[in-house]
Amino acid sequence: MERFWKLLKSAPPTAIFGLLVIALYVFVALFAPVLAPYGESEIVGPEFLPRGEEGFILGTDNLGRDMLTRLIYGARNTIGIAFVTTCLAFLIGGVFGLVATTLGGWVDQLLGRMVDVLMAIPTLIFALLILTITGTSIPVLIVVIAVLDSTRVFRLARAVSMNIVVLDFVEAARLRGEGTWWIITREILPNSLPPLVAEFGLRFCFVFLFISALSFLGLGIKPPLADWASMVRDMRTLISFADPTPLLPAGAIALLTVGVNFVVDWFLHKTSGIRDEK
Amino acid sequence: MRNSDAGKGDVLLEMRGLRIEGQSEDQWNEIVHGVDVTLRRGEVLGLIGESGAGKSTIGIASMGFARPGCRITGGTILFDGMDLRAASDEQLRKLRGSRIAYVAQSAAAAFNPAHKLIDQYTEAPVQHGVKPKAEAEREAMELYRRLRLPDPESIGFRYPHQVSGGQLQRAMTAMAMACHPDLIIFDEPTTALDVTTQIEVLAAIKDVVEEFNTAAIYITHDLAVVAQMADRIMVLRYGDLIEEGNARGMLADPKETYTRQLLAVRSYRKEEAPPDESPVPLLEVRNVTASYGGQVIVLDDVSVKVGRGRTVAVVGESGSGKSTLARVITGLLPPSEGSVLFNGEELPASYKNRNRDQLRHAQMIYQMPDTALNPRQRIRDVIGRPLGFYLGLKGAEREKRTRELLQMIEMDPDEFIDRLPGELSGGQKQRICIARALAAEPELIICDEVTSALDQLVAEEILKLLQRLQDELGVTYLFITHDLATVRAISDEVVVMLEGKVVEQGGKADIFTPPHDPYTDLLLSSVPEMDPDWLDDLLADRAARKARGEKVMESADQ
Repeated sequence: MERFWKLLKSAPPTAIFGLLVIALYVFVALFAPVLAPYGESEIVGPEFLPRGEEGFILGTDNLGRDMLTRLIYGARNTIGIAFVTTCLAFLIGGVFGLVATTLGGWVDQLLGRMVDVLMAIPTLIFALLILTITGTSIPVLIVVIAVLDSTRVFRLARAVSMNIVVLDFVEAARLRGEGTWWIITREILPNSLPPLVAEFGLRFCFVFLFISALSFLGLGIKPPLADWASMVRDMRTLISFADPTPLLPAGAIALLTVGVNFVVDWFLHKTSGIRDEK
Repeated sequence: MRNSDAGKGDVLLEMRGLRIEGQSEDQWNEIVHGVDVTLRRGEVLGLIGESGAGKSTIGIASMGFARPGCRITGGTILFDGMDLRAASDEQLRKLRGSRIAYVAQSAAAAFNPAHKLIDQYTEAPVQHGVKPKAEAEREAMELYRRLRLPDPESIGFRYPHQVSGGQLQRAMTAMAMACHPDLIIFDEPTTALDVTTQIEVLAAIKDVVEEFNTAAIYITHDLAVVAQMADRIMVLRYGDLIEEGNARGMLADPKETYTRQLLAVRSYRKEEAPPDESPVPLLEVRNVTASYGGQVIVLDDVSVKVGRGRTVAVVGESGSGKSTLARVITGLLPPSEGSVLFNGEELPASYKNRNRDQLRHAQMIYQMPDTALNPRQRIRDVIGRPLGFYLGLKGAEREKRTRELLQMIEMDPDEFIDRLPGELSGGQKQRICIARALAAEPELIICDEVTSALDQLVAEEILKLLQRLQDELGVTYLFITHDLATVRAISDEVVVMLEGKVVEQGGKADIFTPPHDPYTDLLLSSVPEMDPDWLDDLLADRAARKARGEKVMESADQ
């Protein structure tokens, strides 16, 4: 605990800002039902009420639902789904990446070429295609994005562990007769963790933006679930009337992305030992 | 030449009370504590000490420079009357390369791989406006010839990867001489080279420095090397000056205990182990031929026998195939022909097909203890794993045995058992590697250059420890090394390898007494001795024998 505070004290202001943003988002996401004044898809007033009127701090949306409530629940849905998707992407990409380096040979070749094929297809178009065929249920959405994103995780995990697998302690473990799973989880994974953790933050941002893009196009999180990107889409006509309300969910997306990036930057700086030259 | 009229004697460089701090984490610690250095024109000063002594830091400071993460905090640096600490960057830039030059340990890393040698040579003189390119090129060829590089007219037009390590180091020395500097700093220029190559580089450097009357600071950890090069020696330890004096005087009569320890470092000799009486040797490598990818043959019909309780040293220079031999024995590289027998029983060629007991009986200790230990595993797990894996020890039993092993390698269990490898020194890490090997209770331990990454005093402690363990446990060692001092210290039998073949093998006494195979002779005679006249005598002797028409090898690739 003491070390944690010490670490926090040494953090640059940008990282502290990022951490605060993340903490706030997580808090809001977890306690959404408590914090939100109304139910998630409850119609509580007339449509397109401006901010501050009739006690709706942020006004109401195109169906007359409270904007603030939608925003709060949006944190829960968008962040939650992005987080689960990123975890799954790391599980798939990480395991295959480490297996590829540890076993080498044809396993490495096969996995590598499969990833090449997946990466050759533009992700957004590929996702649109599959989601149009299968329909947009949340589990399908998660699996599709996770698989598409795992290719990049695979590449990184493979590149990082390539440098570790040739070290003597891995050779020593092989000569001891250890199994592949032990070598992956005990010898290689702990030593390739820092870049992977940093990548997790960045990938989370990309997944988050990707889901937002899909939702904006109408193939992501389906109504009536609150979701920031769909909110932007639903409210976008207001922009022409100089009403900044659609910028609120967009700003929420941007703020989280920036916050995560700040923290990742700091983390990379800490673990890679890079110092700023004076 | 600029300073041909200035004879020896004038003070060229004077550093007084030099203090340098280094940054670790976020703190500044003093790493050089007020050292005085005086260097006269034409004089060669040897800076000697183990790692962390501050010798390189002081060497670099004489250019008025501190490496990234270091800063000069106190003292004065006067170079030919000019205060380098007060000098502007512009003034320093003019000085470096033209009047002060630097030769780094790894020439391969110091050369730009994308440019030809001669273009890199001419860069400094042309940049500093000392001479035009054509003239610089002519001079380069002259220097290449003087440094005894082959084809001095054309070698400069090659790229760095097209010449050998020893040649590259000489090309770098030539580059340092390009502007006829007053001072050259040699930072361990021969440490990365094989002994037989080292001789050529040492002789070349010595000649050129004498010829141009250049002052030099020669930094090394090897007292025998500095004995050949230096007029005066400074012994450093932990950033303090221990002893300073005339080279011959100090070598003949060291005043300080630490200097005496450094001098005595190669004198350790083990008692010969009793011969193996049993008819079947513990390990037998039978007519092994191996290659990487079927193209280049790295081992050519190699046969080696290792008797129980004995230490067999495999000695050879880089590229001799000695490490490949270890890879074949451990099963990492299945041989294309031949077999490996353990206790008379043929081992499967690949380690993947060996059973747990076969793996357990042959353990390995590596050259670099830093990479041989998983940085994320605590000592308890490092040593405990083979105990659990091979011997099935668990819980309290395993903990007890781990502690016993730590005691065997002379490390306090309470202090070290919870540490990570990053919290240990190099010598301590190597001890942990030894304990990890011992935990498997093996019959054979393969030691691959186990002391070459360590400081000399630490290396000697490791050798003594290995010897004590052999006396107590009767374990057999296959000792792979390029260092003949190690061979002399620890072996019972010696196998000399060259280009994948066994040149000579036999008992230690046989190998070390003439007559030798020509290569063994070259190898043995190339090991520097503390005698300051050794290099001159050796070169004279080789020349004389050659003149008499005897077969004398002067480098390993002849």
